[in-house]
This record gives sequence, C-alpha cells and structure tokens, in this order.
Amino acid sequence: MERLGIKESRYNVKIAKILRTRQLTEHEKLFELAIEGGEAFDYEPGQFIMINDFGVGEIPISLTSAPTNRISFEVCIRAVGKVTNAIHTLEAGDFIGIRGPYGRGFPIRILEGNDLMIVAGGLGIAPLRSLINYVLDNRRDFGKVHILLGSKSPKDMLFVDELDRWNQRMDVYYQSTVDQAEIDWTGHVGVITTLIPGVDLEPERTFAIVVGPPIMYKFVIRELLAKNIPERQIFVDFERHMKCGIGKCGRCQIQNLYVCQDGPVFSYEEIKHLTEAM
Amino acid sequence: MKGIQYVTLSKENLDGFISGLSKLHKVIAPVSKGYNNFAFEEVDSAKNVAIQYIPTILPPKKFYMPQYETLMEYRINGGVRAEAIVEFEPLVLFGIHTCDLAGIQCLNMVFSEQPKDYNYLTRKMRINIIGLECNTYCDEFASCTMVNANMPSGGYDLFFTDLGDYFIVHINTHTGEEITTATKVFEPAEKSHMHDLADLREQKRRRFRIELPIAPRFVSEIFEGTFESKVWKDLDARCLACGNCTAVCPTCYCFDIVEDVNLDLRSGRRYRMWYSCQVEPFATVAGGENFRKERGARQRHRYYRKFKYPVMKFSRFFCTGCGRCSRTCMADIRLLETLNSLIKEKTTKLWRGWE
Repeated sequence: MERLGIKESRYNVKIAKILRTRQLTEHEKLFELAIEGGEAFDYEPGQFIMINDFGVGEIPISLTSAPTNRISFEVCIRAVGKVTNAIHTLEAGDFIGIRGPYGRGFPIRILEGNDLMIVAGGLGIAPLRSLINYVLDNRRDFGKVHILLGSKSPKDMLFVDELDRWNQRMDVYYQSTVDQAEIDWTGHVGVITTLIPGVDLEPERTFAIVVGPPIMYKFVIRELLAKNIPERQIFVDFERHMKCGIGKCGRCQIQNLYVCQDGPVFSYEEIKHLTEAM
Repeated sequence: MKGIQYVTLSKENLDGFISGLSKLHKVIAPVSKGYNNFAFEEVDSAKNVAIQYIPTILPPKKFYMPQYETLMEYRINGGVRAEAIVEFEPLVLFGIHTCDLAGIQCLNMVFSEQPKDYNYLTRKMRINIIGLECNTYCDEFASCTMVNANMPSGGYDLFFTDLGDYFIVHINTHTGEEITTATKVFEPAEKSHMHDLADLREQKRRRFRIELPIAPRFVSEIFEGTFESKVWKDLDARCLACGNCTAVCPTCYCFDIVEDVNLDLRSGRRYRMWYSCQVEPFATVAGGENFRKERGARQRHRYYRKFKYPVMKFSRFFCTGCGRCSRTCMADIRLLETLNSLIKEKTTKLWRGWE
C-alpha cells in the first residue's frame, strides 16, 4: 500500500489556537479561536465548522461570532459527548483542529431591507448570535428587529451580558422567557410560543429566523404562520451529526438533501414536505 | 488503437494471460470461497479464478473505498502537525460483471462531484478494470435488466465475453490495448467471432427480461406518494437493522469518521470506515434525537437512495440489480418483492382514483 500527502484533500485540518475561553453556564463554554499563522477566517452567519480535539474526534459546531472580525472567531460548545467534554478541558494557548466553514448560512442578502423576527430556543442562540451581532454591526441595512429568546431556566441563559445590551438598545425589540422561573426571576415565564402572538409585525415584510431544539420548530412555525408570515419568509437551521461536511458521508441527509451542503439553513417552504426533517 | 476493437483469447491461454498480467500488476479476480460464495482476491494464475460466479460477497467498491481508510495523520510536539493523506495501490480488477461495473460508475459520480473526494479519485486513477460478461442470470435474486446493467456499457478497459472455447475481448481504452499488447496472448478477432458475439447478445436479449411488471422509466415514480406506504411498516416489523444490505451494496458509500491515538500518545490518525444508514445511531444527534428512529424509516431511506434521490440528482438508479442485498438479508427482505408491493399499492390507488 502506497501513501501520499494530499494538499487538496478536503480532510486537511487547519490548526487553530484557543485565544480565550469563558464558561457561560454549567454546560456551555465559549472558545475564541484564531487560525495559526494569522490566516484570516471568513464565513457567513449560520455556517458551521468541523472542530476536533486531536486523538478524540471531530464534531460539527456552528459559528457563534459575527464575521465582522476576520482574525478571530468564536464557537459555543455544550458538553454532551466524548468530543465536547474533551474540548471543554482545553484552555487558552491549547490547539485544536478545524475544517470549514461549511454549508449555506442565513440568507443575509434576502434579509437586508426587511424586518426580522429572530426566535432562539436554548442553544439555538449560538448560531443566531452570529446573525444578531452581524445585523447590529450593520443595523441600518435592516428594518425592525425582533429578538425572542426562550431558555429552560434563568441559569441556562447564554451570553447574559449581551442579552442585557440587546434589551437596552432602542433599535431592537427584545423579549425573553423561561420555561421554569427561579425565585429572583422577574421576566416572562412560559414556552417561547407564548411570546409570538403579542409581537407587532407586518407579515409581508417580516422574515422569521428560528433556531432551537427539534421539538420547538413545529410549534413556533405554527404561531408564525398564524401571524400570516409567508412560508418562504420563515427560515430554520437544522442540527445533524455531520462527519464529512462535503455531502458524502450521508449522516446529515434529510431525504434527498444534505444538511451540510444544502443547509443547515432552509426556508420552511423548502422543507415542509420532508418527513424526517423536524 | 486503429480499428482493432476486438481481439480473442483461447481458453487454454487464460492462465498465460492472468499469470503474465500478474507479473506486471497486482491482479484481483473472483475466487471461490465455498458453496456459492465468491470474493475478489489477489491471484497470480487462472487456477483460482472463478469464471462462472455469482456476485461476490463484497462488491469491488472495497478497492475504491476500503472498509478502513486513513484520511489524516497528526503529531503533537509543542504544536500540532496534521497532514491529510491517501492510501492507494495500483490494481487490475479482472472478471468484473456488468452490475459491478455499473456500481463503480455510480461511485465515480458521487466522489467526482464537487466538492470532490481526492482519496477516492486518487485510487480510481490507479485501478484498471477488465469486465466479464454474464451469459445468463446468476440466480433468482438478480434484477440487472430493470436497471439496464445486464449488457456492457463502458466503465472498463477490456471486456471479456465467454464464447465456449474462447473469449472475445472488447478493447475500450488505450490502457486496455497496452494490456493486450504486453501480455502477447491475444489474436485479432475474425468475422466469425463477431457473429458469435452478436448471436450471444441476441440470445441474452431474449433471456434477460425486465424483472418488474412496469417499464424501468416508471420505477422512480412508484416512490412518489408511497412515502407513508404500508410496505415500509412491513419492513419495519421484519428488518433486524444489521446493516448487511448496505455493506454488500455496490453503490452504498456512507461512512463514519473516527480518530485514533497511537500508544505514544503524541501521534495518531483519523480514518473513515463504512457505516450504514440501517443502524440505529446513524441519524442521531447530540441531544439524543433520532431522525430515523424506526427500522421501516431506515429501510425506506435505503430504497429511496437507490431509486428516487439519485434519479433526481444523477439521472440514474443507484441499484445495479446485483441482488446482493436480497441474498444477504437475514430477514429475507427482497428488493424485487418490495418493488412489486409498491407497484401493487400504487396501481390499486390509481384504480381507486378512476372509480
């Protein structure tokens, strides 16, 4: 058996250095990364990367920073499995491997000039933070911006300091809710769908972007349709356990679509007929 | 190659051909592995080559996409050095039936499509193929006519047809011509040989009949409106989720990527291995959600990936009619039976529509 190095291989990894880490909650940790050698890293909000701890394994993770700064980028990782738990033990100065970015992100060119209704459930805020911060960095390119955030409980809320800033901005309509409150919680209690009916929006010019756990989509989309937002103006972002990122391994397939190439962001119109999608 | 498209090889010269060729290249051919079981293995003479064989246990995809394949190696030494690599071996595959030629053509499409898979393509460049015609059906599991894979249609360098005491050989590529020249055992084909070949093809046209009650061009249509069919519920009750059908399929290529650390704890490799959409964890995500929890849904996915999705994308079936999935299934799930049940259900629905 002969062996050759192949520069053009899609399985080449870039080495990235961890610049900073921040424990966001008990289970989620934020990592700021930069490609070794100062190489710029450009991407679109909603795209994902394959990230690996050498010797443990590789997983797909969405980018959570806005692509405004091309020198460093951030990922928010929840410790759930072997790889994520291993990555959680890493600190500033450690190295990891990355491939990507991959996939079709949020349709920014379509969103520009329109009103946005951003609905985040749980860890769904991770990819949406990339979009929200991009929108805020380019605020004049967009119409009204609604942000609805749902969390299990106050202690599960991610990016709390940023949420406060969004809440205080006069150019953002921000609301949050928790499924279960704690004693010092003064905000809204209830599942995220309870926030939607009260939002004042013009359905023809509103684009909804929904990211959250699978169970959330059906109920949120039902509420959005009840607000007369057209199907093609509702976008969702799907989670699958991609292994290759290049539309081959089959792990992310929803019927004929490869989430890693055709998604992970889809319009509701594209996927509403696909059993196994949600 | 000026005009010489066909040459002949007398059967007593087959051994000379295989042993001569094996001195130039590593030669792989079908070898008997006990009753009705065959495997592609290295040979150095014609002695072990099974000229009459039914589809091997594993298709030739194992040479294009090995069960385990290193994709990347890394070494940690202060920093990290990681390099993507490809493992390959120049080979000549001898005795590839038309169903398996079709399988290789399918894989070629998948891995040549952007983004390209250079590991596969590097190996593909170094594998030469000698086909071998099936004069009759191998057994009742074969359904090569329905997918138009019973007659040769490219995908080989040389193509052998057994015509009694000799083979007639179609030279399809320059490499094929080089092989015939280098091994010095071939004779130019005469007119009578060409007649023999034409006669065989004519007999084959009578012998090989489309194995379904509908024309092949309608096959992908039976997958429209049958997503919720009771056929899948039936398979749900029978399938054992072992993944045999996908392992032996010449067009199944799904894989897992796994990382391994060496005992020095400083270096290691990333490799891919065959994986199967039929096993439970395949479509499971981190939170525990499984998007194809039921075995019936997974079987349905397999059938759609053979007869519907590739037709939308590549305008061809990703079934080669080899029959391996049916032959190997422990629960006796048979491809033709599934297709016939879908056809029956679909036509019953159509009748109801007319009432």
